[in-house]
Amino acid sequence: MEDLAGKGLQVVVGLAVFAAIIGLIMLVVDRAPKSSREKLQIAGFLAPAMILLAVGLVLPALQTTYLSFTDRSGALVGLDNYIWMFTQPEALVTLRNTVIWVVIVPLLASGIGLAYAVFIDKARGEKALKALVFMPMAISFVGAGVIWRFVYAYKGPEQDQIGLFNQILVWFGQEPKQFLLDAPENTFFLIAVLIWIQTGFAMVVLSAAIKGIPTEIVEAARLDGASAWQQFRNVTIPTIRGSLIVVVTTITIGTLKVFDIVRTMTAGQYETSVVANEMYTQAFRAGEPGRGAALALILFLMVLPVVVYNARLLRKQKEIR
Amino acid sequence: MSAIPAENTRDVFPELKETGSEPPPMQRRVKQRLTSRGATIAAVVIAVIWTIPTFGLFISSFRPEANIKGNGWWNVFTDFEFTLANYEDVLSPGGSQSPNLLSYFVNSLAIVIPGTVFTLVLGAMAAYMFAWGRFKGKDSLFIVVFALQIVPLQMALIPLLQLFNQVLTIGDFQLLPSGTYAQLWVAHTIFGLPLAIFLLHNFIAEIPGEVIEAARVDGAGHSTIFWRIIVPLATPALASFGIFQFLWLWNDLLVALVFSGGGADVAPITQRLAELQGSRGGEWQRLTAGAFVSIIVPLAVFFGLQRYFVRGLLAGGLKG
Repeated sequence: MEDLAGKGLQVVVGLAVFAAIIGLIMLVVDRAPKSSREKLQIAGFLAPAMILLAVGLVLPALQTTYLSFTDRSGALVGLDNYIWMFTQPEALVTLRNTVIWVVIVPLLASGIGLAYAVFIDKARGEKALKALVFMPMAISFVGAGVIWRFVYAYKGPEQDQIGLFNQILVWFGQEPKQFLLDAPENTFFLIAVLIWIQTGFAMVVLSAAIKGIPTEIVEAARLDGASAWQQFRNVTIPTIRGSLIVVVTTITIGTLKVFDIVRTMTAGQYETSVVANEMYTQAFRAGEPGRGAALALILFLMVLPVVVYNARLLRKQKEIR
Repeated sequence: MSAIPAENTRDVFPELKETGSEPPPMQRRVKQRLTSRGATIAAVVIAVIWTIPTFGLFISSFRPEANIKGNGWWNVFTDFEFTLANYEDVLSPGGSQSPNLLSYFVNSLAIVIPGTVFTLVLGAMAAYMFAWGRFKGKDSLFIVVFALQIVPLQMALIPLLQLFNQVLTIGDFQLLPSGTYAQLWVAHTIFGLPLAIFLLHNFIAEIPGEVIEAARVDGAGHSTIFWRIIVPLATPALASFGIFQFLWLWNDLLVALVFSGGGADVAPITQRLAELQGSRGGEWQRLTAGAFVSIIVPLAVFFGLQRYFVRGLLAGGLKG
């Protein structure tokens, strides 16, 4: 109980300090002399966010870049960390896994999400069907990790299985399997978890896009005698192309940063590590901040082209309008 | 996989039954083309596959320990036993071996609520100026903020931790003391700001200019306009983004691992659950109940506020 009061007090004090700071800013900018009031008001509104971003994001990102060229003692070592990353077998496995993740997750999550959105479009109980697939979006990666480790749980062949997947194997007369331990396929069983989470996102966005297709276009295609498949390929896909690209890029970026699933399900052992997890391991567990920083930088470089492509596309669309 | 609807739709659509209210004739015909019994079956199969893992865990969390470890949860239909012991076990304080989840649950709330409020207020203030302020370099600064979204937070973690624990410390005084929630609040706020500013700006910029001009003519300053006009009008956007920020922070693990230092004083429930998986990965009676304690809040938010949730998702997905 005492414990709870202490925590409550911390929150109240935190909120009070924040309110005081904001109140003070508002008070000062409103009382400023007329001549400089406008400028002061603008500064007062922008400063807190801009200072936080500069000190907490821009500066650290630059420092991380520098850090990636140093070793554990802080001495400059040139490209050593990067050479380590591209030559050491275990680091190479990490890079390979990240590539596998980033190819499979966006493809399957968007594909299944799109198929599902089409299947349930205007179907009975559409809302409920949507909610079921969408629900994993609200569950934390850690929670999803527990849920799926339970699905993959292993017991020896002589025992009753408690994991659903192994039970299915047994029903089909197979030996139970250590889904998370056997490389290289264990990576795919981790990937399944992220697909399970991201499909709902793809489905909701694409479903909204499909509902936005003008009825006349669909009707015209139908009158021309287009089959459902032709309609899907020649009407649906081109019309929702913009949303499709947004979905794929958003999931791609999310996949590149995937950390929690790997961390909680295998901790990156058994050849399942990915860049974001290895970054944490090197920087905060192995005492190699230089290597961690280099991995963070690689992550940034991987995200960059995806975002640039997306931004370009957005600009083009605006020009067309 | 997209080929499935076509195969089925082509032959079966005439038998399709009408559902729901009367749509106009044209829509009705379109509807017949695109849905079919086969597609519905495929959809139900996907829905079942997507739901079963969570359902299995949920059922298991109410089974006695011996049953969970002894046989699969699908046996519950023949071997029915119901208990709340798992939940009592994970929630009660007990010794150092106990999961003690209630404490961590409180921590999660104590981290997430201020973290969300700070991000919303600071983000909305900045977004308002980017939308309606007049100053030099506004557009370039806004582009910089937008671009910051692509910096993975991994890029900032190591230096930010040093900043909190070394630079912002004078003697024994820490501006953001470690072992409290303060570091987590600030870190979460920083990482949430770029997206908050961008999304809220898009919404606030759409507010009709006449409303704001009228207030200005009446002599209202920026703070009056912001609190009296912008915040009330932008409430739907604030709610949508707020819900997302709330869920992200609740579900976060990485920032917590770096800044909380662990332990029942500060660490959130996700971190504790991750620890339990690592140290006692076979204790399914604890993990199942624990997982449900941790996802009950996001699920409640999700089902209770689904409308805002979807709206926020679309705004973020389609514009970001």
